[in-house]
Amino acid sequence: MNLVLFIFIVLLGFTSYYFGRKKAYTIQSTNKRLTALPQFYGYYLAIWCAIPAFIIYSLWAIFEPTIVKLLILSDYANQGYLDDELNLIYEKTKALSRGQFTGEVTSFIQTSSEKYLNLRSIAQSSKVVIVLCIIIASVAYAYKRISSNNRTREPVEKFFNAVLFTASLAAILTTVGIVFSLIFQTIDFFKVIPLFDFVFGTHWYPAKAFVRDSSEALDPTMYSDTFGAVPIFAGTFFIAFIAMCVAIPIGLMSGIYLAEYASYKVRQYAKPLIEILAGIPTVVYGFFAALTVGPFLKDIGTAMGLEVSAESALAAGGVMGIMIIPFISSLSDDVITSVPQSLRDGSYAMGATKSETIKKVIFPAALPGIVGSILLGVSRAIGETMIVVMASGLAANLTLNPLESTSTITAQIVVILIGDQAFGDPKTQAAFALGMSLFIVTLCLNIVALRVVKKYREKYE
Amino acid sequence: MIKISAKNVDVFYGKKQALFNINLDIEENQVTALIGPSGCGKSTFLRCLNRMNDVIDICKVQGEIVINDFNINDKGCDVVRLREKIGMVFQKPNPFPKTLYENISYGPSIHGMAQSKQEMDEIVEISLKKAALWEEVKDRLHEPGTGLSGGQQQRLCIARAISVQPEVILMDEPCSALDPIATAQIEELIDELKKEHTIIIVTHSMAQAARVSQRTGFFHLGELIEHGLTDKIFKNPDNTKTQDYITGRFG
Repeated sequence: MNLVLFIFIVLLGFTSYYFGRKKAYTIQSTNKRLTALPQFYGYYLAIWCAIPAFIIYSLWAIFEPTIVKLLILSDYANQGYLDDELNLIYEKTKALSRGQFTGEVTSFIQTSSEKYLNLRSIAQSSKVVIVLCIIIASVAYAYKRISSNNRTREPVEKFFNAVLFTASLAAILTTVGIVFSLIFQTIDFFKVIPLFDFVFGTHWYPAKAFVRDSSEALDPTMYSDTFGAVPIFAGTFFIAFIAMCVAIPIGLMSGIYLAEYASYKVRQYAKPLIEILAGIPTVVYGFFAALTVGPFLKDIGTAMGLEVSAESALAAGGVMGIMIIPFISSLSDDVITSVPQSLRDGSYAMGATKSETIKKVIFPAALPGIVGSILLGVSRAIGETMIVVMASGLAANLTLNPLESTSTITAQIVVILIGDQAFGDPKTQAAFALGMSLFIVTLCLNIVALRVVKKYREKYE
Repeated sequence: MIKISAKNVDVFYGKKQALFNINLDIEENQVTALIGPSGCGKSTFLRCLNRMNDVIDICKVQGEIVINDFNINDKGCDVVRLREKIGMVFQKPNPFPKTLYENISYGPSIHGMAQSKQEMDEIVEISLKKAALWEEVKDRLHEPGTGLSGGQQQRLCIARAISVQPEVILMDEPCSALDPIATAQIEELIDELKKEHTIIIVTHSMAQAARVSQRTGFFHLGELIEHGLTDKIFKNPDNTKTQDYITGRFG
């Protein structure tokens, strides 16, 4: 029913567009000058037809359940029920009316459920009637305005402005919402675990929190030495460091090759090929690291008499580096290509060779942009999850040995949130605290990176 | 005395021929102006003289260009040495995004001309003095070269070009991005520089060609129509096309 109504409104909207345009042509045929192109008349009518109807429709959808609930529960008012019990009654009523209720049916609930069905059908039909009335009224109003050849261009333009504004507002509000959900959970977490212990503690062992019986009262002291984030922060930066050790030299050099040395033909094929790397899902990189690179490193290590864990920071970091190569290579290629040709000419004309020109003129000129691309790469490395979860192990060792396993913020969040979890439990909230710290770190990196890139742009444009 | 001698020079961009059989002798320690309408090939010819056309993939140069009895289009020609001997100043001032000092020391350092910091300081000072820029910038040698005004930037580029003591300086419309005052300063400078260097200047301004040059070559549609003493070209040209161009009937 709702879907039918929805489609009906959309169809009416389209129809009114054609009516509006037709009206405009009629006005034109009487040799009057139109105030806008005919399609603006169409848009105007269509907007007036569909938008008020949709607004009423969605308001109805939002408020109908609440009002129905209030009406149902008004029968039970002043009978000494608690809020929870009232909710239960309402849920039972709904279930019964859908025929999904399996418990014992009391006469109270029977009556309520009949009343519920009744209310719903009244609501449904009155909704249709009201929406249709609204459509008729607003279309009539708009049609009258069109007929008297009123301005249509400005309202239509304002409407598109409003639509675009709403879209960007939605994006911003979502971000704000995510940040707030992080903040509140994080604050709850720090009510139990002192900030100091989290930031400077060197022992991360959330499994200790798994064994807590959640019906017991919360005893903060049992968590001392459980949520010390130093090992996983260290692990995160360590793996990111290994990744950048792989990604920066290879990415940068291939970027320079593509921008300066490669002939047009090579570039045409090589660039998309490198960018394919960016299209590989990270989970594929993950099992490449876990099943191919990890054992391979272990074999080599064993042959050399080193003790290598099958899940090592080196494997995860190395593969992560390969994943980041295309970002750095592609971005630095763009930056280097956008260094003005006049600088190259100036340097060649002084008798500099190609490599001298790149080293002494082009690279310094492109440096801010290159730094920006590297920082974006770092923030990706820090936020990367799948590869670490699969290839680097989950034990949060505090180590600087790349051959041992270590863990990162993202991997720990996965560990914490996999399986059953209780909200309001410090274990779960720890994930939010970690998420918050991760968010802050990558946000700072992105801000710095964007600043640097912007500064570079100002210089040459 | 003849410094550069171009013989039967053809230039192709891909399949399109840009220059047709150019024969031109450049006199030492004189200013030679190359004039002609846009797209006539005068800049292309200028870029042949220090093999800057090598930078353009599809560009092919044929014929002989002899400098100091040596054909620079020979296989054995060392482009680095050639460009050390033949400097170039471009249409748009293109200082490197480095300090003023580094802009000037760039050439001498890649050619290993200075053994010590002191020698380098000297080269920088002399070059800037020759380019008539020293007085304006001597207190801010370590500020970025891009911070100068357009005219100053162009003089910086000239200083950069003369820092390696080239025998020839090629100038590709060096004043087209500058205001009249800066232009006058550069023209004065060109007059000064010709004592030590041979100068070839491409220009769109006939008045500038008449003011600064001793000899002039007129290009049209990839051909060298006429060349000779500037006075003669401007007052009594042999070719009617030259006459038409100079009197402003086309171009």
